[in-house]
Amino acid sequence: MPNNPSNSSQIPNSETISQFQLENGIHVLSYENNNADTVYVIGILTNGGDQDPPEKTGLAHFTANLLSRGTRNISFNAFHSQIEAAGANLAFSSSSRSTWFRGKALAEDTRLIFKLAADGLRNPAFQDVYIERLRRQLLAGLALRDQDTGEIASLLFDKHLFQDHPYALPVDGYMRTINNIDRSDILHFHGSFYSPRDLIIVVSGAINGESVNQLAQEYFSDWDQKEQVTPSIHPIPPAPTTTVRDHTFLEGKSQSDLILGSFGPSRTSEDYMPAVIGNNILGQFGLMGRIGRSVRTESGLAYFASSSVSSWDDAGTWDVSAGVNPINMGKAINLIREEIKKFTIENVTSEELCNTKSHLIGRMPMALETNAGIANAILTMHRFDLGLDYYLEYEDRINAVTPESIRLTAQKYLHPDQLVITSAGPDEES
Amino acid sequence: MIKKHTLENGLTVLTHEIHHAPVVSHWTWYRVGSRNELPGKTGISHWVEHLQFKGTEKYPLNVLDAEISKAGGMWNAMTYLDWTTYYETLPADKIDIAIDLEADRMINSVFDPKEIELERTVVISEREGNENEPLFRLSEAMRSAAFSHHPYSHEVIGEMADLQTISRDDLYAHYKNYYTPSNTVIAVAGDFNTDQLLTRIQEAYAHIPGNVVQSQPIEPELRIEHSKQIEVEGPGDTVFMEISYRAPAAADNDFIPLMVLDSLLTGPSSLSMVGGGSVSNKTSRLYQRLVETDLVMSISGGLQTTIDPYLYSILVIASPDQDTNLILSAIEKEIYEVCQNAISDEDISRAKKQARALFAYGSESITNQAFWMGYSAMFSEPNWFENYLKNISRVTRDQIHAVAQKYLDPGHRVIGTYQPTGASNHA
Repeated sequence: MPNNPSNSSQIPNSETISQFQLENGIHVLSYENNNADTVYVIGILTNGGDQDPPEKTGLAHFTANLLSRGTRNISFNAFHSQIEAAGANLAFSSSSRSTWFRGKALAEDTRLIFKLAADGLRNPAFQDVYIERLRRQLLAGLALRDQDTGEIASLLFDKHLFQDHPYALPVDGYMRTINNIDRSDILHFHGSFYSPRDLIIVVSGAINGESVNQLAQEYFSDWDQKEQVTPSIHPIPPAPTTTVRDHTFLEGKSQSDLILGSFGPSRTSEDYMPAVIGNNILGQFGLMGRIGRSVRTESGLAYFASSSVSSWDDAGTWDVSAGVNPINMGKAINLIREEIKKFTIENVTSEELCNTKSHLIGRMPMALETNAGIANAILTMHRFDLGLDYYLEYEDRINAVTPESIRLTAQKYLHPDQLVITSAGPDEES
Repeated sequence: MIKKHTLENGLTVLTHEIHHAPVVSHWTWYRVGSRNELPGKTGISHWVEHLQFKGTEKYPLNVLDAEISKAGGMWNAMTYLDWTTYYETLPADKIDIAIDLEADRMINSVFDPKEIELERTVVISEREGNENEPLFRLSEAMRSAAFSHHPYSHEVIGEMADLQTISRDDLYAHYKNYYTPSNTVIAVAGDFNTDQLLTRIQEAYAHIPGNVVQSQPIEPELRIEHSKQIEVEGPGDTVFMEISYRAPAAADNDFIPLMVLDSLLTGPSSLSMVGGGSVSNKTSRLYQRLVETDLVMSISGGLQTTIDPYLYSILVIASPDQDTNLILSAIEKEIYEVCQNAISDEDISRAKKQARALFAYGSESITNQAFWMGYSAMFSEPNWFENYLKNISRVTRDQIHAVAQKYLDPGHRVIGTYQPTGASNHA
């Protein structure tokens, strides 16, 4: 029935992605997509919350959020007046290892995104009035986070899994550490870690590669490299060798959030693809895979129960999460551990593997449907050095995974008696 | 270009061919939601939606949930005030699976008593998850205060007492009454040939009789009789304050001007429920008056596209040491100024450009395009979506003034506050 069956020409690849590097080191990648009159722009710097001093956890996040609150060239109001009048969006943020900007606009306003993103990154004003206003907003956000059962369970999980590593700490900090941060800390962080050397810019949308390169040249080529502080590198701690169980009581809640898991493969590991495919069988496929079938469909214990693999360049996590009534907590944990045990001992069936492969291959056109999806895919290929034909070869990579490789990968990362198990909500006896 | 087709049994089919990617999105919309629920049976529409994933004879449990997934598709369902919808977005050559599966579960869902009891605890678990959220608690109290008899007074998830007592017979009767071709709109966008698609839909649905839906008449509630204040207490360190006014139905001529007014007051909204993009609100009037003066941490607002008049709501998040009377006074002052003073051409043209941009973001995704066709048909005509930008572009200053004065009346609103009782101790 389709008029245009799927073909590889619709997958961004080394022939269709435009690449450019400015003299100061900035990498620019772009993909022309004229299906809608819009553009999506991502920029990423490779330092984030992992460079925060522990007593000032949240510094990278605080700094990034100030970039859109006025520059030395333009006030807060003028900055947002231009963006909002164009119906555009431009936001800066930080994660554990990165600082980001993400912009979306009508194609006719691409220049505006480049202009303000460059100004925000390079010339932030860091005015006291906005530092203090943002501090209050961040503290309000943390007050909300501290009442969120899912967030607290997740913070506990990271704390026990990553121990002394910066990944154990929340990117948005704690109330105490946010209050420790002053303007000089922000200026120092910006001066130390914001540099063109590591910047990657990716654009997808109704604009050609030459125009993107010209905009990058115009707004970023005179950003000089400066001597950077060498980023701290922290070793990932060993995986747990016993079960670690922790629960945080939150008053007035009806349900607990539960997380069980351990480390997972990094994005560049050979284990990544078996882990992703195995995870789909374990806790994603259909209505949340084997975990969903056991905990939700067959036992009615939870509205959601699923597993996920999160991977970045030096580490990853593999975990199961569920929302559970406190009286069912023990039963849910046991069911999930049983599924993990079975998953690490027995090969997945050929039917399960076939179905999951078919699912992951079939959904790729949907993942690459929007400019945001395309830009993120290109960034992933470049950032993790996967090669710009990675998605052209995606089907072959998926088909190379075997039941044995999934079982061996699962055994490497998951053990039912060596999990970090955290929860937050009412006490179990309530 | 949207094409509308009607089968003999009353089934409406909306199609929009888009060939930029080998993807099709197929949405089945039923005109049933929480508005069709009687006291004691609240939450029944949403529960029926859950049971539609429990299987038929042809697609038993675990087969049904695998069919779309192994085709590489994504699928889900939503229940809302006026409608329930099921969608599948999948590779274009797999569209037959969606057509066949949806036609089958329109009439053949099993409603196994054992599965219903298991799903009772799942639905209760979903409600308990909602109860963890201060905004859900406030929202539930606000709806209850804003409507005296209309079913919009209760949350879609339903009341806990009803979730504990609704029976299999109740659920099955609700399903049999509302799941019929004459009460259904199928919206399909993407890479297909319309004639071939219609032939397939005809084959799948022609044998299903178009029963007449039995339902109680629903009397719309017009303005809120008098101003009310409610307060909800709960854990936390954050104040939430919501001010709700009666809003016009989506098909009313006042709806689009009120959307433009909302854009000026609290920032633009996309209306889409399946993503697509957003525009921040830092230059909106209420952000400038309340956030930039440190009265509140954040402000937002919005309208819902509903069959009957619903609510226009403004929501603020504030520190517990802030005086809520000062916050309310600042909001009132800004609304008064909008009602009385000139709105500039620049204000209006900015709102129109924002609408155009949000519309363009939504059109990137075939899922979003199919969503909009069926969604529009639930509260108006399918071309509501096609005419949206044209209608926005026609809004005048006088219309904005008129809707501000008509709807944002301080004598007819509900003011709700979530007062935190303090944070519990934790690590």
